[in-house]
Amino acid sequence: MALARRPPPELFKLALNRWTQPFWEATRQHRLLLARCADCGHARMPPTPFCPRCQSQHLRWQELSGAATVYSFTVVERAIMPGMQDHLPYVPAVLSLAGADGARLISNVVDVELSAIRVDMPVQVVWDDVPDQQVAIPRFTRVPEHPVR
Amino acid sequence: MRDATAIVGLGATPYYKRGMSAPQTLEELVGKTVLAAVQDSGLQVRDIDGFAYFAGGFDTALLVETLGIPEIRFSATLTGTGGGSAGAIGLAAAAIISGQADVVVCVGANQQGAQRFGAITSAYPATPENAFFSASGLVGPGHMFALLARRHMHLYGTTREDFAEVAMAIRANAVSNPNATLRQPLTREDYFKAPMLADPHCLYDFCLENDGAVAVIVTSAERARDLRQRPVRVLASHHGGGSDWGRSIYWMNMPDETFASSGHTMVARRLYAAAGVDPKDIDTAQIYDHFTSQVIMQLEDYGFCDKGEGGAFVRSGAIRREGGSLPINTDGGQLSCGYVWGMTHVREAVEQLRGTAVNQVPGAQLALVTGGPSVIPVSGLILAN
Repeated sequence: MALARRPPPELFKLALNRWTQPFWEATRQHRLLLARCADCGHARMPPTPFCPRCQSQHLRWQELSGAATVYSFTVVERAIMPGMQDHLPYVPAVLSLAGADGARLISNVVDVELSAIRVDMPVQVVWDDVPDQQVAIPRFTRVPEHPVR
Repeated sequence: MRDATAIVGLGATPYYKRGMSAPQTLEELVGKTVLAAVQDSGLQVRDIDGFAYFAGGFDTALLVETLGIPEIRFSATLTGTGGGSAGAIGLAAAAIISGQADVVVCVGANQQGAQRFGAITSAYPATPENAFFSASGLVGPGHMFALLARRHMHLYGTTREDFAEVAMAIRANAVSNPNATLRQPLTREDYFKAPMLADPHCLYDFCLENDGAVAVIVTSAERARDLRQRPVRVLASHHGGGSDWGRSIYWMNMPDETFASSGHTMVARRLYAAAGVDPKDIDTAQIYDHFTSQVIMQLEDYGFCDKGEGGAFVRSGAIRREGGSLPINTDGGQLSCGYVWGMTHVREAVEQLRGTAVNQVPGAQLALVTGGPSVIPVSGLILAN
């Protein structure tokens, strides 16, 4: 059976603005942050300059546990551009973040048997450091069924 | 807008396999198809006084210089991407109705020698927004829409058998179309043997990657009466969409009831109201088929069946030209005939309503055309003869 691998690292292209910078800076310490409106509490991903519910520009950052469930996923098994071949198969996924009122993150399920990946499967964040950018990419893997002793 | 304007000219290049239109340039393909549409209409090049585009559009100044158009009074582009193909006709109609132009060209074209559309998202610039999906390896729309397809399967029990039915029904139309890129019949066995590109999307769930151009000419209903072709009346064209869809595949935060959809619900409702018709009145639909799963979701959003029933609807044979209640993509669609960012669908609707289609739907009077489910605006168009 095949394990879900990681997509080609060179696909990640970091660009920041003042609304997304705190999210990426926190990844350096492997902390997953959620943007919430400081006025009405509405959660939004990715962070944007205005709250879509009350138009406020005030943000507060909530640290999340990194627990999530798989909302949807796809398995990429075939290269459609140069450089992909050595990274297949990988699993882009949409994750519902726990404690985030349904806000979702686009990421990957990694290091899990492909046949075991399911919608609604509980997963947990793992971090892939990107040293030259001084950030880390959050990805998600299976929660162990039995706690490690 | 209803019945105030008509499509009077139609031009198209051949549908080339990706990269095979060289050494012609993209501008040359556009020029050729505009000239072909003018010729078809019985108008003259000097009559053109407007351009209405979508998906970035083209350089009107260069077209005017190249083609020898004396004066332009209207030049506008719908924002967004392939979602605007059906809506560009509405942009042209708006220009004519408001007196800003008389003869407006709508043209779409693509040439994929340098950048294939299948991997286009990987070529997007680094922006703060794109940084939230670029790491995940979603390098093309086919990867992204696979996430919506999976969710639709999870919520409603849609299966790959349903996707196969869409691919086979549309291929059957390409088999008898000499202009089509893929003319071999597609069997269920072929479908399930095909490589999986982005599970649950296999090779035959993906549209083609062609080079080509299609142009139509829109003018007032009054002027249309005296021209060469039987006018194809513009009953309604609408573009837009809701904040619950928004950036859609680049955002993935659509509410659960919208996520597994095509984002067309609001546009469909307004379109039918503006045209004064119901889904049951539509004789043939040209549904933007970049992916089979999105055909199913558009059939739901355009009210041909209930939400979640799209799989059962296609399974019933409803979309087949032989024996179906709603023949779709009668030229073979973008899945099997040709991909020109949705403009092939406008072309085929015009051919059906002129009565000149290769796979003519007998007595077709009303045709629906949809623009590509993608970021808003998405768009729809209802034409009549």
